[in-house]
Amino acid sequence: MSLTTDASTLSTATEATHPFNDVVPGAVLEVTKNGLIVEGEKLLELALYLRDQQGYDYLSMVTSVDWPDFLEVVYYLYGVAKPKEGLELKVRLADKANPQVPSVVSAWPGADLQEREVYDMMGIRFTGHPNLRRILLWDGFEGYPLRKDYKESYFEEGSKPFKSRHPEGQHLWAEDRVPWRDNVTYPVGWDPDLWTQPEVQYRRIMAIDSPSESGGSAGSPASAEISTERVLVNMGPQHPSTHGVFRMVVAVEGENVVGLEPEIGYLHRCHEKIGERNTYIMNIPFTDRLDYISSMSNNLGYVLAVEKLMGLAVPERAEYIRVIMVEFTRIISHLFAIGFLFNDLGAYFTPALYGLRERELILDLFEAAAGSRMMCNYMRFGGVFADLPGGWVERARELVWNRLPRAVEEFENLLTGNEIFLMRTQGVGVLTAQEAIAYSMAGPMLRASGVPYDVRRAEPYSIYDRLEFDVISRPEGDVWARFIVRMREIGESIRILKQALDQLPEGPIMPPGKKQYQVRVPAGEAYSRIEGPKGELGFYVVSDGKPNPYRYHVRAPTFINLTSLEKMCVGHKIADSVVILGAIDIVLGEVDR
Amino acid sequence: MFGSGVLKGMAVTLKEFFNTYVDDLKRIPSRYAGGREEIDQSDSVAQSGLFTIQYPEEHRKLPERFRYIPILIYDAETGEDRCTACGICAKVCPPQCIWIVRDKDEKGKPITRPAEFFIDTSICMNCGLCAEYCPFDAIKMDHDFEIAAYTRMPQFIFDLKELRVPTTYYARIRPTDWAEEEAARAAKEAEKAAKAERPAAAAGTGEVGTEARAEASPRPQRTPEEIERLKAEAAARRAAKAAEDAKAE
Repeated sequence: MSLTTDASTLSTATEATHPFNDVVPGAVLEVTKNGLIVEGEKLLELALYLRDQQGYDYLSMVTSVDWPDFLEVVYYLYGVAKPKEGLELKVRLADKANPQVPSVVSAWPGADLQEREVYDMMGIRFTGHPNLRRILLWDGFEGYPLRKDYKESYFEEGSKPFKSRHPEGQHLWAEDRVPWRDNVTYPVGWDPDLWTQPEVQYRRIMAIDSPSESGGSAGSPASAEISTERVLVNMGPQHPSTHGVFRMVVAVEGENVVGLEPEIGYLHRCHEKIGERNTYIMNIPFTDRLDYISSMSNNLGYVLAVEKLMGLAVPERAEYIRVIMVEFTRIISHLFAIGFLFNDLGAYFTPALYGLRERELILDLFEAAAGSRMMCNYMRFGGVFADLPGGWVERARELVWNRLPRAVEEFENLLTGNEIFLMRTQGVGVLTAQEAIAYSMAGPMLRASGVPYDVRRAEPYSIYDRLEFDVISRPEGDVWARFIVRMREIGESIRILKQALDQLPEGPIMPPGKKQYQVRVPAGEAYSRIEGPKGELGFYVVSDGKPNPYRYHVRAPTFINLTSLEKMCVGHKIADSVVILGAIDIVLGEVDR
Repeated sequence: MFGSGVLKGMAVTLKEFFNTYVDDLKRIPSRYAGGREEIDQSDSVAQSGLFTIQYPEEHRKLPERFRYIPILIYDAETGEDRCTACGICAKVCPPQCIWIVRDKDEKGKPITRPAEFFIDTSICMNCGLCAEYCPFDAIKMDHDFEIAAYTRMPQFIFDLKELRVPTTYYARIRPTDWAEEEAARAAKEAEKAAKAERPAAAAGTGEVGTEARAEASPRPQRTPEEIERLKAEAAARRAAKAAEDAKAE
């Protein structure tokens, strides 16, 4: 049964003849080069139709843009079964004072945290959202930072480079120059001394509005004999199992988790606002700081998005070097994830340090090529920063052919058969394939739920279409499956590295012409996604032809993977929630951005 | 047998444990005896057992491209700054930590020399973009990362005096880059000299330019056919594997 509309029909249709309008009348207002502009009122209806009838079951990204005349909410849809064809939906909201759009959480639960982020940053209200409150900033924060009229603390100028630096440079600390001068505008009639931060009650997970549920739910067998009561436990922000500053608000009955909410934003620095102030090239070192375990992948994702806008061709040697770096990064990230999953389980630091040891050798290679171990800043628009130094390839070959396979084998012996590990992880935190897709899970999390979806295969970028590798997936969907998928993916990365190192051609590493520090990016928008080590890493860049991006958004895989944390944890013991979180492999630099 | 997996894992850790001692015994007399030592880890791919470096006593040999905060280079012979205060580094700097004041001559006319040059190293993110885009090879990245100080201000704002290093220092920390840059400079000088000798040949410079460009790019690149072939080979292998898997099932 094929109800899906042919792609060619869609691309040639205008708003009057668009096939979606036959099903949902008046939904498509305009057909643009990249996607559809949709009537806000009809969004949910269209979303359900697209999900159920057209196969767009995977909501990749939700973000928003502040245009001079209207706010725009942007949705990127993909289908797990229909690779390559993405669909972009946009809703335009002319009312900037009170922008409202229906929430699509009921169609794709994966939109939950993303819509909250859009609300937090842009002030767009999603009607029907179950828990619409600030997420990255604190409750009670005034203003919406990604609006163009918002000025951050120590605001100096709208865009870099700042004029004060040359030729009459000012040798002054930012704090001395603008101590809360331009950026603090109190609302009328508001007194900072009388203000108290609103209390967050976690009404939903504490079941405050439905008291019959609280206190001994039918789900826990113990409640029949023992009278239990819902208790709120804060795990974090300072907690060794949270991999950074992350707070899990857990509602427990006895030891059973009955509700959970992730609280994030402790490491928030408004990366996207910084990105809009920066020129294009300045953003590359900033992307290193997103997922700081895998900075090479972040570099690649960003430069691909800008190259897409610029229409830049990359020399072949540079493509190969990029793939080599990114696959090494994947090995690092997976070793980290596995090592620290065992930390969470109580195998304190032995597996983690064995992993870190191999990582050091890879970081040595990064340092020799890029100059820095973690903050690599290696990719450039059109190529890479510098060619590989002498002896690099030989060291890499030694590592790939001899050292890393041995290390993987040692890891297998050390961990895979361990009965304690199996008991703690099998059947824990299960997500079915349908749930994983609905929650917009990405990367090893998605593949461990039996969905063999990999951007490298579904929408090959760089040179992945000529490299041979398997997309690893496991049907179980539990923590153990996530571990196994990561282990096997290290093997696949080694396989890719062997091919890439063998085929590495000679040639230039940058396109011909003088190196430009001020690149000219034509007006337009581009969404580029890569298969980062932790999942689908997307960069959405909007250019208006100026030296700075007009809008810059990061689809952070671990941030979106957190959406399903409650789903995975409820019904398990509180000790299991630590393991389930560890298996997501969050990096707070990326989650909080 | 239940517990065999645990025992297998324990065997791995036991092996690692003994390896550490074996490795340590190989290093008698103690490697810490000589004071601050530089340990070259470029052959560490074969390293087993003891992996760590006792940092304050021992130092890792840094790769040449290692980058820490920027330095300004002056000519060791003449004492002249290479910097012309053009300001590109200040413009390209992502955290905007560079301040430059251009020098003036007696009449108040700006000249190509910095009067003041500040880098706020507590903001500097060590990205190396300033060094990459400097057209005069004047600003480079340093190897000295031990700049800890007790107070934030003013120790971490480096001025011209603190930033300046002679070319000899640069040649020592980055010999390859230095040699390449010197060769390029010598070639440019030679070209200039040749041009000066034959002023009539000015029309010929265009040709020289194209020749130089042609020399930079003709290194062998894979042709589109070869790329297609690689793609097709991978696809065929994939298809064969899929067929084999299907048969196995």
